[in-house]
Amino acid sequence: MTSIPLEYYLILSAFMFSVGVTGVLIRRNAIVVFMCIELMLNSANLTLVAFSSFLGNPIGQVFVFFVMTVAAAEAAVGLAIIIAIFRNKLSVNIDEINIFKW
Amino acid sequence: MNLEIILFIVLALVAVVSSVAMITRPHPVISAVFLILNFFALSGLYLLLNAQFIAVVQVIVYAGAIMVLFLFVLMLLNTNKEDNIFKQNKALKIFAIAIAVLIFAQVAFLIFFSSPSDALNSQVAESVQSGTIQQIGTKLYTDYILPFEAAGFLLLAATIGALVLSKKKFE
Repeated sequence: MTSIPLEYYLILSAFMFSVGVTGVLIRRNAIVVFMCIELMLNSANLTLVAFSSFLGNPIGQVFVFFVMTVAAAEAAVGLAIIIAIFRNKLSVNIDEINIFKW
Repeated sequence: MNLEIILFIVLALVAVVSSVAMITRPHPVISAVFLILNFFALSGLYLLLNAQFIAVVQVIVYAGAIMVLFLFVLMLLNTNKEDNIFKQNKALKIFAIAIAVLIFAQVAFLIFFSSPSDALNSQVAESVQSGTIQQIGTKLYTDYILPFEAAGFLLLAATIGALVLSKKKFE
């Protein structure tokens, strides 16, 4: 389609996904962990848009639209849960949120 | 070297650097700002891929709505910054980075050895056509009307859920 090969976009997307995984595993602040999940969702979106564009098929972009909807819903509910936890524990450090740990 | 490749390299570099900066800055607000920068770079990449509608929605919904929500929660909670991200619990951190490198190596291996672009022969005209708001709107309101309604219902449920969860007391 363009002068840029599809593989470049896929590699960029894979890199961003791995950075998101690293962030989820090393960060201790629950809100930053949430932001890393958004980063991973975005890297998946980049893959979808790249394939959609290279195939000349709009359905991939329709799917990206739904992914964004789910991400918005997830952010709203997740942040509400974080606020509720903060109200009880006065902390968002995920090492201290371990009430389900046996 | 034409303008398209230069733009791709600049935007990809911004995306990579801002994502790495996001997970290494100790202060959560600075992480959020780097994530917004990353979203803008991605929006530019979507424009390079002829996906105009998604590029605009990316800026409005992600960089606008979702990140403002994050920044509001950060402001309300006033969390202190995470010093020594890499100092404490070192074995776990090294393990985490090893896992991420493994994931990246695996995906990159698949991408290089399957070379997915050989299988597609796309035309520029088709690609430009597919990213317009007209095409996406037509698909969304004809073939995908049921998922579209479900997405609307999901957003309603999420709004009510967020309200219930952030009430002062659970009854």
